[in-house]
Amino acid sequence: MIEAAEPENSREWSDPEVHEGRLGPIFEDFAFFFSRVLVLFCPQSAVDLRSFACEAGAAGNSCIKDLSLGCVLFVVPVLTKLEVESKVREKNFRCCGAMTYFPDEVVEHIFDFLSSHRDRNNVSTVCKAWYLVEQLSRLRVFVGNCYAVRPERVMARFPGMKCLTVKGKPHFADFNLVPHDWGGDALPWIETAARCCPGLEELRLKRMVVSDESLELLARAFPNFKSLVLISCEGFSTDGLAEIATHCRGLRELDLQENEVEDHGRQWLSCFPDSCTSLVSLNFACLKGEVNTSALERLVARCQNLRCLKLNRAISIESLIKILARAPNLVELGTGSFTADHRTEAYQNLLNAFYKCNSIRNLSGFWDAAPRYLQAIYSICSSLTVLNLSYAPAIQVNDLIKMIRHCFKLQKLWVLDSIGDKGLAAVACACKELQELRVFPSDVYGTGIAAVTEEGLVAISSGCPKLNSLLYFCHQMTNAALITVAKNCPHFTRFRLCILDPVKPDPISNEPLDEGFGAIVKSCKDLKRLSLSGLLTDKVFLYIGMYASRLEMLSIAFAGESDKGMVYVLNGCKNLKKLEIRDSPFGDAALLENVGKYETMRSLWMSSCDVTQGGCKALAAKMPRLNVEVINEREESDEMVENPSDMHRVEKMYVYRTLTGPRDDAPDFVWTF
Amino acid sequence: MASYVEDTELRLGLPGSDAPASRGSKRSLPENSSAGDESCCRNDGSASAAKAQVVGWPPIGTYRKNNFQAMKVETMVVEPEASGLYVKVSMDGAPYLRKIDLKVYKGYQELKEALDSMFKCFSQGELSRKEGCNGSEYAIAYQDKDGDLMLVGDVPWEMFTSSCKRLRIMKGSEARGLEFRQ
Repeated sequence: MIEAAEPENSREWSDPEVHEGRLGPIFEDFAFFFSRVLVLFCPQSAVDLRSFACEAGAAGNSCIKDLSLGCVLFVVPVLTKLEVESKVREKNFRCCGAMTYFPDEVVEHIFDFLSSHRDRNNVSTVCKAWYLVEQLSRLRVFVGNCYAVRPERVMARFPGMKCLTVKGKPHFADFNLVPHDWGGDALPWIETAARCCPGLEELRLKRMVVSDESLELLARAFPNFKSLVLISCEGFSTDGLAEIATHCRGLRELDLQENEVEDHGRQWLSCFPDSCTSLVSLNFACLKGEVNTSALERLVARCQNLRCLKLNRAISIESLIKILARAPNLVELGTGSFTADHRTEAYQNLLNAFYKCNSIRNLSGFWDAAPRYLQAIYSICSSLTVLNLSYAPAIQVNDLIKMIRHCFKLQKLWVLDSIGDKGLAAVACACKELQELRVFPSDVYGTGIAAVTEEGLVAISSGCPKLNSLLYFCHQMTNAALITVAKNCPHFTRFRLCILDPVKPDPISNEPLDEGFGAIVKSCKDLKRLSLSGLLTDKVFLYIGMYASRLEMLSIAFAGESDKGMVYVLNGCKNLKKLEIRDSPFGDAALLENVGKYETMRSLWMSSCDVTQGGCKALAAKMPRLNVEVINEREESDEMVENPSDMHRVEKMYVYRTLTGPRDDAPDFVWTF
Repeated sequence: MASYVEDTELRLGLPGSDAPASRGSKRSLPENSSAGDESCCRNDGSASAAKAQVVGWPPIGTYRKNNFQAMKVETMVVEPEASGLYVKVSMDGAPYLRKIDLKVYKGYQELKEALDSMFKCFSQGELSRKEGCNGSEYAIAYQDKDGDLMLVGDVPWEMFTSSCKRLRIMKGSEARGLEFRQ
């Protein structure tokens, strides 16, 4: 029987304070408690009510503890009677269905505690009432694929949206596999937002084409605009930045990460008016051109809340010193070139400047850093949590080791492979708090002397038990090393290994690396992202399908032997969201084996595989809610391209779920079946 | 290593470049890839580019790749280019440096005159040093490829321009020390 159990302090519900939005502390606890219960009942959540109750008890919150340990189970209206009864039998709980009687404001406040998009998406599918409450109170919206849904639809559903994140091109666009004018234009999103959501405050775009026209519109259409983050975007110049600087009153954040920005002059920075004092974060490290340094110094001086400043390569040490003098409270700093012309004085001034900056926790830049200047930062190394030296090829391994020894609080380290196994051993000794390590190749063409091998990785794994995120470019890897790493670090959520020579086997046993990666997926139960490399057979995919149940993104290159490999993954990884494959022998049979799977995923990319045009057509015919796009790049010598047969192998295919049907901005080399 | 086999293989394409992937092939990477070829000269950016790499491999982001190319050019040894041979000129005691194009001058005399006029505001007298003259306050020195500080004027002009990395106008006692170090 389902009984309605009264919450302990039921008089709180009818208290007029609740309806006016001022909520007492006990209600806050209730709201939080119910939000955890919602998460528990919603699919794919990871919250354990029992552990939550223990935490609450430990924190002295006896009210919640009694509720949960006192066997009150909250029933979500969509659960069928059968499910409810089985749960009751299973857990021997008393049930209550109180939530359907809560007023909307109460439900809305409970939803406030749901921070992840996934949780909020889930509660909105429970019933119509909840859908409406959730939609009107949603502030942060995430669109993982700009072509999955129209901007109008998003903004009609979430009229109160304050923060929008949109992603455009597929990930392999980073490696030149997607033609330049494929799509991903940001303008429709900005135009629609200007019409429908003028209260927009934050916009984050990744891998999209952003024109100066878009930036101008953005600057003028949103009076409360506070934060612009552009990652791996292109299509704009410093003119667009000048518009943002000029018109966005109250701008707090301008964060440009790894964008291709055309340099139309240095004046954009001077466009920040004298009245602009609100900047908290300014990152223009990716800009190639000169910047008006005196304007920058004045800007930094008047923005007292500035905490993150990342300078570009054009900024010399002399300018850096002046800037640091005006911004001693910086938490994140990108140093600029870190080199100077007039030597001896600069070093002393730099030392003094850094001495005063006690708050710096995150350092990057060092583009042209000479070893002598590195010593100036030793005073702050011991408080650093993030250090990015991956753009500093001039730093030699011995200077690196000397510096790393001081960085015992480091949590995130990005370096070049010139650090060598020896340098990694030093990191393993010094940085016990390390959670994320990225080792990039210093020689982009992958030729030359071996820099890091499996030894460095093993050293890191044994010295840094908290390691959970890895990107590692190396010349070789062994199964034994991977098995050791899997044992030492079972907490990996991101594991990306790139052996520079594709299809390279274990150099000691000459075997494929199936067992090594198998050990990783078996041991790391929370693995969300995996990139494979080296010689791999279908077996590794069998392991992945079997063990990687939390995997969301898988990148495959030059791997596998037959269709079976891909099928193992599609049938096994129930949380898979993004699958990208290149140069692997998977064909139509694999593609068409489990077509329903693709609607549970964001996207599938396959290039230089064995999928044919016929296979793509068949997929498109079976699954009308997918866009099956084929990219046909013409080669001059090729006459067959005009009317290729169904047997014709497809070079690049991109499949994604969508509510909009074929996109209307597809260039002529993109065919949607 | 299979590298010599590849050299003798008949194929289309320029010598030194791998054959481009054919349309019908199952893999775009040849089985015996020479990606680990140690004989390849690392410093020669143009040779690496000619060696046609697999598109998008290794998977390094375009932004990072472009930055590396820019950085490699800077850290490479400066070769004399047709477009000009700029070297920095520092003068002891001057607050900033200058840059001059050595290709513009035909010989040491012209160079000294140019430096004289450039740095005249910082010095009281003539910079040009004549043989045996001990009334000058300054000596012009340069840093060569090996990093050594050399007195300007000893070697033929062409040899000088090809090995000079940096110029330094030294004053007083240090300068006289150089004079005697023959």
